[in-house]
Amino acid sequence: MLFNIALKNLLGARLRTILNVFVTAFSFFIILFMMGMYDGMLQHAKNVTIDTEIAGGAYWHPKYDPLDPMSYEDAHSILPQDIQILVDQKKAFPVLVSQVSIYPGGRIMPAILKGIPPGQSIVNMPTSTLEGANDGTIPVLIGKGMAKNSKLEVGDSFTIRWMDADQTYDADEGTVVYIMDTENFKLDMGHIWVPLNVAQSMLEMKEEATYVTYAKELSEDINSGEWIFRNVNYLVQDMEAIIEADKPGAQIMFIILLALAAMGIFNAQVLSIFRRGKEIGTLMALGMTRSRVVGLFTIEGGLNAVLATIMMVILFGPVLWYFGLKGIPLPLDYSEMGLIMAKRLIPVYSISLIVSTMFLVSITVLIVSYIPSRKITYMKPTDALRGKAIA
Amino acid sequence: MKNTVVSIKNLLKQFPVGGDFFTALKDVNLQLNEGEFLGLVGPSGSGKTTLLNIIGGLDSPTQGNVHVLGHSIDNTSHNERASLRRKHMGFIFQSYNLLPVYTVFENVELPLILNNMDPKEREKLVNEAIESVGLSHRRDARPTTLSGGECQRTAIARAIVHKPALVLADEPTANLDAENSHHIMNILVELNRGLTSSFVFATHDEKIMGYLKRMVYLEDGQIVKDEKIK
Repeated sequence: MLFNIALKNLLGARLRTILNVFVTAFSFFIILFMMGMYDGMLQHAKNVTIDTEIAGGAYWHPKYDPLDPMSYEDAHSILPQDIQILVDQKKAFPVLVSQVSIYPGGRIMPAILKGIPPGQSIVNMPTSTLEGANDGTIPVLIGKGMAKNSKLEVGDSFTIRWMDADQTYDADEGTVVYIMDTENFKLDMGHIWVPLNVAQSMLEMKEEATYVTYAKELSEDINSGEWIFRNVNYLVQDMEAIIEADKPGAQIMFIILLALAAMGIFNAQVLSIFRRGKEIGTLMALGMTRSRVVGLFTIEGGLNAVLATIMMVILFGPVLWYFGLKGIPLPLDYSEMGLIMAKRLIPVYSISLIVSTMFLVSITVLIVSYIPSRKITYMKPTDALRGKAIA
Repeated sequence: MKNTVVSIKNLLKQFPVGGDFFTALKDVNLQLNEGEFLGLVGPSGSGKTTLLNIIGGLDSPTQGNVHVLGHSIDNTSHNERASLRRKHMGFIFQSYNLLPVYTVFENVELPLILNNMDPKEREKLVNEAIESVGLSHRRDARPTTLSGGECQRTAIARAIVHKPALVLADEPTANLDAENSHHIMNILVELNRGLTSSFVFATHDEKIMGYLKRMVYLEDGQIVKDEKIK
């Protein structure tokens, strides 16, 4: 009975209902959109890292610590036999890492030199551009950010100074053969990429490498000797740590958006109770108990949420779908801020996001509908009939 | 002998005002029998509406005994009083108090919905009530499109649709012109004749006093005269 009356009240109120429902639907949309953007950003960052850097995982030299450049000096050796077989089968490729100094335009800049096989196709990097350059200098591949910082362009030469395996400093000219436009700042900032054989020759580390990256679909169990097996989960853990560290921020954003939606509904509900004092009095005079009037208003609030969900799907669903498909162009290049961000951010609306948002919004709507409605309990029917507002 | 519908003994009603109390009703004794057509008459502030509200269980007495349809108003809970109103009482208000989002039919139907009546039975009773007040042609209209007289006739239909034992009307003609006032009163007199319901009016409208069969005069919260009209 209460449900039918509540539905009749809502449908009968027309414009008032449309406005209330629109506000809720819009809040619903904003929550989904913002959280979808956030999830999309994280998903994209993870995908880009796997696509351009991690692939299926890696085997590390036992002394290799990517966060400690001092470790690079000792983190190199000939590959263990089983790993070498993978490399020979083109299921993996080795990378040799060293700390170097570069002198672009006469300035000194510390950099990380990485030797990579130009013919590899396991990670999405334009390493093939390192092939075929034989003007006598070291062919160098750098990222857009690095090029900007060092003011280097394709064809520019600069001095590279390094310490080889015999602890001897050496230097040679490098020439930029290609500037890659990558979203993964970890391949770009402070990095110079050279052909693996050139790096091995420069560093006097023939056949040696620091780590080996293997293909995505590889699931072979091999004897990697002292080399340490690092799977994708391990390698993305810094990314996940960033996500984890950012979670409270996302949760705060979610709460703020939810609070905004709740405030809108609360406001509409309070206003409704204030404005409908006479109606409440009339219902009481006609024999409706206070608890039933509270129930009626709470159900009206709940129906508000249901109608808002329907309106959101009809009105904003196509907008969400469009952005989910086409993405949103970002006006800034965030890579310099140490963020992996797509040029076009594609929101991801996971089932869990949709269900949890719907659940939370519905529960919030019910609570914020109930709280002001509860005031009716303290209302005297005679005051309500006079349209006297409750404090 | 007719049944007693309302019995009031030594009623006192006070409202807190600041740190003091305002006495709205004092030493009120009244008995209303089945089928009576009674008017509570008096100037503004004499206590008519307060007495009507107490009879209707919308307010509680400060002291005294009030029995309505066999139930003691001073001893019953909010829910019991709500049930009493829902099943056995009808209310007519000065400003109609129609629900603006409902049509005439839906407004009249509301007391029957609250009484959980079967939809078919409901439709029959609503149509009868609407017809008895001459509004069959406006059954799908909303209150905003009705005249004052039509609104009050809708309110009357809503008050009598569940055939209550007691109909309470608070200044039912105060917002109406003379023609509509007479029209409304004629309808109420007819309904009183056709039903066994008792009617209690709170009014200071002289136009309608000629229709009353009993007038209880109130002044400063006390009954000063109780007159039966022949």
